[in-house]
Amino acid sequence: MTPQDFDFLAQLLRQRSGLVLTPDKSYLIESRLAPVARREGMNSVDDLIATIRARRDERIVWSIVDAMTTNETFFFRDKAPFDLLRDVVLPDLTSKRGGGGKLRVWCAAASTGQEPYSIAMTIDQAPQIHKGAMVEIVGTDISPRVLEKAKSGLYSQFEVQRGLPIQLLMRYFDKIDESWRLKDSIRSTVQYRTQNLLEDFRGLGKFDVIFCRNVLIYFDGASKTNVLERLAQQLNDDGALILGAAETVMGITDAFRAASGHRGLYLRNPGWRRAA
Amino acid sequence: MKTCLVVDDSRVVRKVARRILEEMRFDISEAADGMEALERCRGGMPDAILLDWNMPVMNGIDFLRALRREQGGEKPVVVFCTTENDMDHIAEAIRSGANEYIMKPFDSEILESKFAEVGLV
Ligand SMILES: C[S@@+](CC[C@H](N)C(=O)[O-])C[C@H]1O[C@@H](n2cnc3c(N)ncnc32)[C@H](O)[C@@H]1O
Repeated sequence: MTPQDFDFLAQLLRQRSGLVLTPDKSYLIESRLAPVARREGMNSVDDLIATIRARRDERIVWSIVDAMTTNETFFFRDKAPFDLLRDVVLPDLTSKRGGGGKLRVWCAAASTGQEPYSIAMTIDQAPQIHKGAMVEIVGTDISPRVLEKAKSGLYSQFEVQRGLPIQLLMRYFDKIDESWRLKDSIRSTVQYRTQNLLEDFRGLGKFDVIFCRNVLIYFDGASKTNVLERLAQQLNDDGALILGAAETVMGITDAFRAASGHRGLYLRNPGWRRAA
Repeated sequence: MKTCLVVDDSRVVRKVARRILEEMRFDISEAADGMEALERCRGGMPDAILLDWNMPVMNGIDFLRALRREQGGEKPVVVFCTTENDMDHIAEAIRSGANEYIMKPFDSEILESKFAEVGLV
């Protein structure tokens, strides 16, 4: 690939999804875009890039953006965030709400569903949440492809053995041929929408808890600030933000402050207002 | 260093498991069937047991039931590791005292994830 093609692709990805493509990641281009090129009836990735440089076909552009996303995820990833949800966030919210009212949780980079479903299983087992309480979990991602899989609730034997305790497999899954399917009681608590975090997401409404994990790491500083400050506006005043293990708000925005003693948990900063 | 007894009638599987577990800093011993495993346990209980189901002489589930009746036999953390991958087998294993369950084929990631689940790493 020529340096010009690389720069073109890098700029396109940064604009469309926030992804910062550095030269050390260029090995990903061939493996991820070769299938797209083939699907479009082209001979090579170079031809694919040349085609959209000549004429920007939006459909092809989005399949390139989608193919370049990293969708790596697994059940109860890092474990600690789900313990925080169960031991700190849920007890705090339910005591403030007196058990009534609706609880809304947003999983802002849901990928193939393991994270929102881990949230759903955690909430299902939380003693504070009475059966029949109103809990709404919204899972969003830029990629419609991963959300299709998330909606199906179908996982391979390999996927259900990464991070999922056997007790939870027994309790929440059925075996269908060689796959494992999440029971409807959990599957139906999560709704999915395609949503690019770089675009306006006010339509999703306000939330009590936002999980935004392992997506901001791919963005540049300005996009991180922009997304986090708009997330703050979708979070209720007493709500909680949970970031990935390698992510922070420090030096990026004052919209949130770290909750002391709880790594990865962030609360709204009451004094903060978004610049107009 | 924690000890782990690897019980499987396939020498290849034992070798693969040993390599992964040694990297996780376990001290490994091996047994080729349930009877041999039980004798080893009587000589000293390991911290963990990675246990196949189908084996000659004594199978994994019979070994597990016998182990849990032994003096000190409640101590080892038992992780089944078998090609049996249906809900009935899983439920029977857990009912009989297994702590975790791996469906073959496995790799280092699955083994590490399952051992972490039961507090072994
Ligand atoms: C590495 S996965 C993380 C999944 C999960 N949150 C976890 O931590 O396991 C990152 C996900 O972010 C999505 N993504 C990337 N850019 C995005 C954007 N601009 N808006 C929304 N989602 C995006 C990708 O499609 C991918 O599914």
